[in-house]
Amino acid sequence: MNINIILAGVGGQGILSIATIIGNTAVKQGLYLKQAEVHGMSQRGGDVQSHLRLSDKEIAADLIPMGKADIIISVEPMEALRYLPMLKPKGWVITNTNPFINIPNYPEKEVLLERINKLSHKIALDADEISKNLGSARSSNMVILGAASPFLQLKIEDIEQTIKETFISKGQEVVDVNIACLHAGRDFADKNK
Amino acid sequence: MQKLLLLGDEAIAQAALDAGISGIYAYPGTPSTEIMEYIQVSKKAADNNVHRQWSVNEKTALEAAIGMSYAGKRAIVCMKHVGLNVAADAFMNVAITGTNGGLVILSADDPSMHSSQNEQDSRYYGQFAFIPVFEPSNQQEAYDMTVAAFDFSEKHNVAVLLRITTRLAHSRAGVKCHYKREQNKLKFPDNPRRFILLPAIARKQYIALLEKQEAIRKDIESSTFCTYIDGEDKSMGIITSGIAFNYLQENYQDKKCPYPIVKITQYPLPLKYINKLADECDSLMLIEEGYPLIEQQIKGLLNRGLKVKGRLDGSIPRVGELNANIIARALGLPDTQGEAVPDIVVPRPPALCTGCPHTDTYKALNEAIEPYGKGRVFADIGCYTLGALPPHNAIFTCVDMGASITMAKGATDAGLNQAVAVIGDSTFCHSGITSLFDCVMENTPLTVFILDNSTTAMTGGQKSHASGKIENICLGLGVDKDHIHVIKPLPKEHDKNVEIIAKELKHQGVSVIIPERECIQTLKRKTRTQK
Repeated sequence: MNINIILAGVGGQGILSIATIIGNTAVKQGLYLKQAEVHGMSQRGGDVQSHLRLSDKEIAADLIPMGKADIIISVEPMEALRYLPMLKPKGWVITNTNPFINIPNYPEKEVLLERINKLSHKIALDADEISKNLGSARSSNMVILGAASPFLQLKIEDIEQTIKETFISKGQEVVDVNIACLHAGRDFADKNK
Repeated sequence: MQKLLLLGDEAIAQAALDAGISGIYAYPGTPSTEIMEYIQVSKKAADNNVHRQWSVNEKTALEAAIGMSYAGKRAIVCMKHVGLNVAADAFMNVAITGTNGGLVILSADDPSMHSSQNEQDSRYYGQFAFIPVFEPSNQQEAYDMTVAAFDFSEKHNVAVLLRITTRLAHSRAGVKCHYKREQNKLKFPDNPRRFILLPAIARKQYIALLEKQEAIRKDIESSTFCTYIDGEDKSMGIITSGIAFNYLQENYQDKKCPYPIVKITQYPLPLKYINKLADECDSLMLIEEGYPLIEQQIKGLLNRGLKVKGRLDGSIPRVGELNANIIARALGLPDTQGEAVPDIVVPRPPALCTGCPHTDTYKALNEAIEPYGKGRVFADIGCYTLGALPPHNAIFTCVDMGASITMAKGATDAGLNQAVAVIGDSTFCHSGITSLFDCVMENTPLTVFILDNSTTAMTGGQKSHASGKIENICLGLGVDKDHIHVIKPLPKEHDKNVEIIAKELKHQGVSVIIPERECIQTLKRKTRTQK
């Protein structure tokens, strides 16, 4: 087992919450993990990415080589495309379609989505809309995680368990809505992959 | 033994606690900040009463740590690479005094300048000062070598410089935390006079330091952290430093590297291994994260004899962080790359947050200074440096901590009128107070903005010591109280603020304007916790 994941988004969007849940799920199963994060200046609304590597063997580098990522998981559509040079042929792109616009020259949403549609292996969904409908606008990252879950070589029940452990201090209601978001993302992926 | 999932920074923090430190001293700076933050929330640190407060700057931090070492206890001091410049006076001289309790000085370098003004390589400071350098290659080694560094420091009575880079600092992996040791007891140095650097003593101490180097090198040559890994193809031997080793290994995932490798993680260099490699191989390749320090050392002045490939001959780019692809190209292995970035993707530079107080300050300043023209606002290091970017385009310099005020002074001395300095509360405390005193002593006609957002914002909201005390500090330095103004950087106060600034720009002496409003990020965090 060996999987390389690029997590992408904009500083402040909380991509590390996705990384934490995948990471903790993997470590509980005795897998090796390396996860490189971006701290510092870029966190102020700039583009941020995290390299997450899981393996049943020891992992050498903290960074994924170019062209060797199995999956790009992005919480923002333009950021999904920024890391295409990292993706291996036939690698999957899982992305939110709801743009985060904090720059004046952000491209037209339609043009962006058209470009994403041209990718051969992609799951594109409006995670914000889905999480809002489930009653927790702040849980859109769990929808994205759900949509990525078929490609992670991790069992959905194990991911669920980690979500429980992560959010239980905030109450059962928070746990439930996050798990509902996870499954909504998963269902979308199963229907659209 | 269970592994903890730790950032490199956190592995070092845990190791320092396990090695029995009595104190950590630091000033926040990416990528070193998380070491102190980890210890500040550690139960073990609280239970054992480990000192864990932020210092005013890196120099005061290192000096306090030297004091703790003098008293016989173990201390770690942490900073980013440019912080070591600030602490350099203390650093160079603690090499001469030597240490008593174990002293580890951590400097976190930032190759490729992810969050810094330069990519200087701290290993040169070690070489410069004759202080041994430890450079772990992964998170487990970060833990193990921090523990080892304290013993090494106490064995040789020297400080140890622990050098890491962004990628190790901010990358997480499983770490076995296997060590446990009590704190030292108070104990005076065997020879207390060695801490008195009068010339007569310093000369002796300096010779003693030079004489120690061979014993230090021998220890490094017999340590398990530097290794020789044999390979069949002797047409080339490879020397790696720190995490560069991992990028080499990444290229040999399913097979063994055919070339012999010397993995270096400690300095002065383990010559035993390097000589062996040079004797056996037809050429050498150097893979170093940072400057070509080893390459320069072994290449020699005239570059005769053995062919040496690395950053100096262009086999590896002279600047920037390494990665596996760069190494693949240097070794002539197949390179990989996915699809190109589509043209519609545009850069997304960092920006001031929506609702940031600095935005309102810059709006008012831009309007007030407009009649005098651009190019006269000297800024400093912090979130407000982002005022250099559109839509603000409000500042024109950012050089080093505290430079805003003194550069504005120099420009005024040169004849530039209506010079303005912009500095944050934490940076002012770090290095701006002395700069302002220079201006007060000459009553230099300039206007200093001290942006008080009650925190060290750029590094994630650490305590800022000067916050709320700035007015009194300025009064104490001798700034005329009629020319100190505390303003509220809010849209509704805009016209009033412009008027105050315009008036002070005309003042023929030192004016201080203190825009006071809490950082929107720390404010949000507080509101969330209160809910």
